[in-house]
Amino acid sequence: MNGGYLTIMNKIEKSTDIKKLIKELSERSAVSGEERGAFQLVKDFLSHYTDEIRTDPLDNLIARRAGTAEDIKVMLAAHLDEIGLMVKSIDDNGFLKFATVGGIDPRTLPAQEVIVNGRKEITGVIGAMPPHLLSRDKRKKAHKLEDLYIDTGLELEEVKKNINIGDTVTIKRELTYLENDYVSGKALDDRAGVLMMLETARELDKIKHQADVYFVATSQEEVGLKGSETAAYDIFPDVGIAIDVCHGQMPGVDRGDASEMAKGPAVAFGPQVHPDIYQLLTKTAEERSIPYQKEASTTPYGTDAASIQIARSGVATALISIPLRYMHTSVEVISLQDVKSGAQLLARTIAEIDQDFLEGLTCY
Amino acid sequence: MLLEKLSNARAVSGREKEVRELLREEIKDNVDRLKTDVMGNLIAVKGPDKPGPRVMLAAHMDEVGLMISEITSDGLLKFKPVGGFDKRILVSKKVSIGEKNISGVIGAKAIHLQKKSERDKPLDYDNLYIDIGAKNKENAEKLVSPGDMAAFTTEFKKISSHRALGKAFDDRVGCSLLAELTEYSYDYPIYFVFTVQEEVGLRGAGQAAYWLKPDLALVLEGTSAADVPENKEFRYSTTLGKGPALTVRDRTIVVNKKLLQELIATAEEHDIPYQFRRTTAGGNDAGVINITGEGIPAAVISLPCRYIHSPVSLLDLTDYANMKKLVYNYLLAIKRKEF
Repeated sequence: MNGGYLTIMNKIEKSTDIKKLIKELSERSAVSGEERGAFQLVKDFLSHYTDEIRTDPLDNLIARRAGTAEDIKVMLAAHLDEIGLMVKSIDDNGFLKFATVGGIDPRTLPAQEVIVNGRKEITGVIGAMPPHLLSRDKRKKAHKLEDLYIDTGLELEEVKKNINIGDTVTIKRELTYLENDYVSGKALDDRAGVLMMLETARELDKIKHQADVYFVATSQEEVGLKGSETAAYDIFPDVGIAIDVCHGQMPGVDRGDASEMAKGPAVAFGPQVHPDIYQLLTKTAEERSIPYQKEASTTPYGTDAASIQIARSGVATALISIPLRYMHTSVEVISLQDVKSGAQLLARTIAEIDQDFLEGLTCY
Repeated sequence: MLLEKLSNARAVSGREKEVRELLREEIKDNVDRLKTDVMGNLIAVKGPDKPGPRVMLAAHMDEVGLMISEITSDGLLKFKPVGGFDKRILVSKKVSIGEKNISGVIGAKAIHLQKKSERDKPLDYDNLYIDIGAKNKENAEKLVSPGDMAAFTTEFKKISSHRALGKAFDDRVGCSLLAELTEYSYDYPIYFVFTVQEEVGLRGAGQAAYWLKPDLALVLEGTSAADVPENKEFRYSTTLGKGPALTVRDRTIVVNKKLLQELIATAEEHDIPYQFRRTTAGGNDAGVINITGEGIPAAVISLPCRYIHSPVSLLDLTDYANMKKLVYNYLLAIKRKEF
């Protein structure tokens, strides 16, 4: 569980650039509940920019950067966990049946390489019945979860020695650099958000801010927004901002459901967003000429903003998202430009937060 | 390991250059003559002037892949299959496009945005495209042209003491075996033929066979293993780890009975595990070689691979070693036989 499947861990420096960071982040293994697989990397980077780092009982990673004033707390939350699979049974020939962890489209799984997080990391491939053995009718149907299995190529004895029912399985995909600062890989939901959070720390280092800033790499978002709930209770910030991904525009998707790629981060407005923070974000973007888009988010669920908002007696929250294509596949695509713009916007917005602003939050 | 290099190289049917160059470099010092023909087949010969039967060994260099057919206004690439595919395996995979090796991914609409009815249907080519991160059509056109081939990018990996994952094992296993067999000497003229365009209808091997007019031909292939869950054992076409598979007949050929009996005898004599390919479906270059000219006796020896024609297949390296042993011992036995 330590370190993820890339056993060579590159040292993360203060100056480690965004392209290298996203590769390291995306390739770490941290299926919901096993966030520790990506701790070291986040810790290493944040240690250069924060005063104190700790973890909590739900395996949230919390780092605090002191501001110039007392008693102002801003919490940034980006979830560290990723969707994945879990071993359900082992058959007589050593093939593994599996369940999903988080929302996985079974159609994206056949012929996919995976890593079984057993006693050691075991490579496997997701197989299905060869198509020429299927009836014409069956071939016309999409693969269902129950038709699929993991083939590790190992003999039964070897499988039983190394793999237990309940072991998680990470989808294997190395990050690919595409054109125009676009990158593609697994778990960019929400490692791209974690990246924006880390880049925000870097930006804040260049400017003055009054608020103490809590950087929280949250756990178990994909299985019900759990980590952010306890972290928000613990920190009880004045302002909580969730950083996540939203759908990027692509053919077959209604333009109203998706944001444009590379046109800046999407600032959400909806029931889970406090109007004043939304105003502050958009005003700051306009004033600083930082590209951004607006996202109409009609339901409050689906991101850590939802759980942060209702912590203790309530928290003023906002949500900023990175447009991402092919969500919950192993080839999610984002633009690093959107991440950079988002980090600038967050840092500049945090710098605007003072006591006066906080007092206004209850003046509806 | 040569198989690793060959598996990682890209050669979608009709664009076999990368594999051809790799093979040429690999075998050039082992053979007496080396040429390519107008189709792009790579033909090497050892002992052309020796007496005795003229033996042809063949393996195809090409692999299944995708051809870029159109660039959309958004800068996404539409594509068509080259070779036989189960289109259901394409979603959420990475590819490399054209001679510039531009990286791209095949995406799908997020599960969150799908209607329930959509989830039951496989994505068809109308709904699939490759994303290279281009901003628009103009941007994409600078990097990719319609007609460019896209290949999968899976890297070869040994996953246990004797099993390995990789792409294009059909038929880089044959290419690798053929190249390794050039290292030995034989008492008769032997032709090593690396063919093109097998996956689009056995289009390359015939020309080479016509030119060479061998007395017999052996085709080395990667074939589908169906020893997987949900399948009943009587339906396993081949099984991993049970040795090379001999074809009796398939859709394209009735294998020469004398050759087949000799192959079986060689396996028995040397205690080499073997199995029969237990299906009449499928076909390969042997089919066209067999009916070239006045007819050429031909046989097929295949290596069982799970999940062929997909981005990642799985094979057993002991099968590979046994296949090499069988073919080599058969080739040694030929000198004692008459043709």
